[in-house]
Order: sequence, then C-alpha cells, then structure tokens
Amino acid sequence: MPTESDETMPLRTSDDVVRVRQAVRARAVSAGFSLVDQTKLVTAASEVGRNTVDYGGGGTLRIEVVSNGRRRGVRLTFTDQGPGIADLTLAMKDGYTSGSGLGLGLGGAKRLSNEFDIRSAPGQGTIVTLARWT
Amino acid sequence: MGEIPILRIGDCLLVSIQVDMHDRLALALQDDLTERIVADRARGVMIDISALEIVDSFIGRMLNNIAAMSRVLDAITVVVGMRPAVAITLVELGLGLTGVRTALNVDKGLALIRNIIDNPERDDANRIR
Amino acid sequence: MSEHRHVILSLIDRHHQQLLAEWLACQKRDARIADPQREKEIAGLAGRFLDQLRRGAIAQADDIQMAEWQPVREVLEDLSRDRAIQGFSPSETAIFVFSLKEPLFALLRREFAIDADRLARETWTASRLIDRLGLYTIESYARVREEVITRQQQELLELSTPVVELWDGILALPLIGTLDSARTQIVMESLLQRIVTSGAEIAIIDITGVPTVDTLVAQHLIKTISAARLMGADCILSGIRPQIAQTIVHLGLELNVVSKATMADALALALRRANKTIIDREPSAATRT
Repeated sequence: MPTESDETMPLRTSDDVVRVRQAVRARAVSAGFSLVDQTKLVTAASEVGRNTVDYGGGGTLRIEVVSNGRRRGVRLTFTDQGPGIADLTLAMKDGYTSGSGLGLGLGGAKRLSNEFDIRSAPGQGTIVTLARWT
Repeated sequence: MGEIPILRIGDCLLVSIQVDMHDRLALALQDDLTERIVADRARGVMIDISALEIVDSFIGRMLNNIAAMSRVLDAITVVVGMRPAVAITLVELGLGLTGVRTALNVDKGLALIRNIIDNPERDDANRIR
Repeated sequence: MSEHRHVILSLIDRHHQQLLAEWLACQKRDARIADPQREKEIAGLAGRFLDQLRRGAIAQADDIQMAEWQPVREVLEDLSRDRAIQGFSPSETAIFVFSLKEPLFALLRREFAIDADRLARETWTASRLIDRLGLYTIESYARVREEVITRQQQELLELSTPVVELWDGILALPLIGTLDSARTQIVMESLLQRIVTSGAEIAIIDITGVPTVDTLVAQHLIKTISAARLMGADCILSGIRPQIAQTIVHLGLELNVVSKATMADALALALRRANKTIIDREPSAATRT
C-alpha cells in the first residue's frame, strides 16, 4: 500500500489536540475526503488525541495519507508511554470513563472510523491506529 | 488564553463560538456563562456554534452541562447553527444531545426562547425533544 | 537501440507493416467485424499498439508492469475503457490482443524455420507475453466496469432519496426501498442540507415504501431523526404499515418520535404545529374560480 505523505507530531497539551485537529483536517482534504468524511475523521482524531493527552500522559500522532489503488485514505497512529489500559473491552464501552469525558471517546472514535485497532497493557503504554477511506 | 465574549440581548445571553476551542477554554466558558446567567438574571442562553467545524464528546458534554446548569437557574439554553456535517458526525459518535434545545439559526433560536418564556404551559414548546 | 531490445520486439519492428495487416485480418475474422467505422477504429488502435511496442526500448518481454511498458499499457487501457463504456463483452475486448498470436507465431516460424529449438523457445515467450497483455486488458476492462457500476449506484442512491417541500417550513422525505448505512448517509446529508436552505422546522419521514423495519433500519431512522433535531428540525414519522407497527413493538424498538399512520395525518399535525389551518372554501367562492 503506497504512502503519499507521512508526518509525526507531538501530543502533549490540549493545545496540541487543537493542532492535531487542524493537521488531520488538512490531510483529509488533500486525500479528497468529502466534508462529512473529513468531519468524522477529525472528530475521531480529537477523541483519541484527548485520550493520549489526558490518560496517556502525552505522546505522538503519526498521520499518513495512503492509497490502496482504488481509494485513498488517512491513517492515524496515536502512541503514548502512559500507564496503559488493563481492560480494553471495558475501555471501548460507551459510558465508561476514568476521567471527565462522556465516556464516548474510544467507542465513538471506532464508530467514526473504517478501521480501528487498539493495543495496550498495564505499564506498556497505548497505541491506537485508525483509518478512514474516501 | 483567549476568552469567548458573552453578549446580552434583552433578557438573553448570546455566545458565538468562533474559535477551535481547546478544552480549558470550553471549561472557562461553562464557568463564565453560569456566573453571567445569575448576574444578568438571564432567561435564555443562546450558543451559536455555526463556526465550529467539529463538536466532539468534550464540547458535547460542555453543551449538555450548560443546558443543565441554566435549567437549574431557570434559563433556557438553545444551541443554534450546527452544521450538517457536524450533526451527522455527532449522531454517529453516539451523542444526540437530548437534553439540549436546538434551532437552525440565531433568529429561530430567539423565537424559540420567546415562545417558551411566553407560553410556559404549552406542552410542545416546553418539552425537551 | 535494437540490441537493447528483446528479440521478439525487434522482429515486430522489422515486419510491423506485414504483421499489422495480418493482425487486422485475424481480428476481422475472429471478432466478426462488419462495421467499417469500428474496423477503422481497431486499425487505429492496433497501429498505435504496434508503434508503442516498436518505439519503446523494451529489454524485458516478461514483466509488463515495468515502467518501459507504460505506453503499451496505456493503449490497452484506452481500448478497455472504450469497450467497457460501449457495452462490449470482456471476450470481445480481449480478442484484440489474443488475435495477435496467430500472425506473430507465423512471423516467428518464418524467422526461425531452421532452428526448431529456438522457435519453440521464442514461441513460448511470445505466447506468455500475449497472454499477459490479454489479461491486463481484461483487468482494466473490469476496473472500468466497476467504476461505472459504483457511479451508477451512487446516482441511483441520490435519485431514490428526494426531499420535497410540502409547505413553507415543512419537508417530506418519502423513503422507498431498504435503508442501509450507505443510503442513510445520503438521506441524512440531503435532508440536513434542505433544512439549511429552506429553514424548515418540521420534516415528515414517510416509510410507506420501506419493506421491513428491523433493529438496524430502526437505528438508521433514529440517527436521521436525531441529526435533524440537532439542526433544529422536528421529525414526524408516517406511513407505518400494520405489520411494521407489529414488528416495532415485537422487537421492542423505541423510536422516540411522533408517528402518524399516513402522510396526510402527518401533514395535518405539521400544519397545526406551524400554526396553520386549512379550511374549506365557501361554495360560492369555489364556483367563481
């Protein structure tokens, strides 16, 4: 799968989450996403990005524009070295929160993505990968 | 840190969110608004989000909170101007904002607030949809 | 130049005029071409195809995915696009390439008449090459067909979800057919867009034409209703047939929306909400018009 662009940006503060939203928007536009698809991807990025900052103690976001020959897509990889998540099934459940959100963060982000993958273990940090296609 | 201005129109407060909000700004707005509702004895609060390109669960929670707090303070909150793409995304996210009244634009929002204040007994005006 | 080239390709270069003539004759026979317009078209494409084969400094005859094959592949893509759009079958499209085998093998036989070993080897290479080019043609044909189908599906979806303005401020969305998630997206987008442009505060969603309502369809309906509500418009559901009412209750689906049996009832409610009334005209007034 050819990668058309690849960049990594820091995710430490809530201002970084705003910057992430803008960067993801720009990439989604360049990949030819419709307005609704852009909005879904940016919203998913905002949800997971906030998780990375608030619960993962900060980390990075890698944004890739990819193509599978027929469709183009944007893949986001959020990485942190935080405390990790012990129960992934519970963390993905709507209404579950360990902080101040509505608890829709991860489950909601999954619903807004075409592909969603989360890897984590206590003490091992968390990696969330999600993608949306045109 | 920038502040979001709160305008007063008669007995209503109008907040027009023009910037991509970071979380602290959203929390500050929530505090400012509740104080102003009490200080100005406002009957209605209108939050114009027509400039917002996304509403995520954090902003959604802020809107829910403002609506609930103003209800306790006997004011009506109406969120106006949500963009179609934002509405579709919110629904997909699982956030229906069922505790918040909505209107298409500021005019319709003001009319809705007037209608509820003038007809407190009317069922369809008073219900939260 | 020619020493960088594959032996088959230099042969084609040297005898291209004879080869082209024989190839066209084969095509005419195999594809039973009677239309002179089409014959001319095919002659043009075949000429272009051979020219690209001759001109390119192609050293490898076994990997047509390499960059040096690009111009040749383009000719085949053009052919496939044309044929797919005009409604030709895959065989009718690929025969263009496969019919080159006969004249090309004849050419090889003449060239390597005294070297049977060499003849067998080159015939094998030529055969594989033509097969690959033929398969490539079929693949690009399939790709074009897929594009056409996707586009038509999209157009069909958009055509099948009209949003009509019944009255000032009252929209109607008559849904016909199954409501899957792709269709729900389009329904939502067109409804919300119309809410913005018309300023409507009430939308009637009529499901008379929806064959079944299961949990998934109900979810799609709820999403559409919630999205409209977020834009400040209330929905009324109409056209619920008796068996659908039974299913909804049986499945325990909570639609949380005002519903009416018919579109007429829904319109009456919508008008009442919009503070409008319809009254019968005086008989005298009716006869005057």
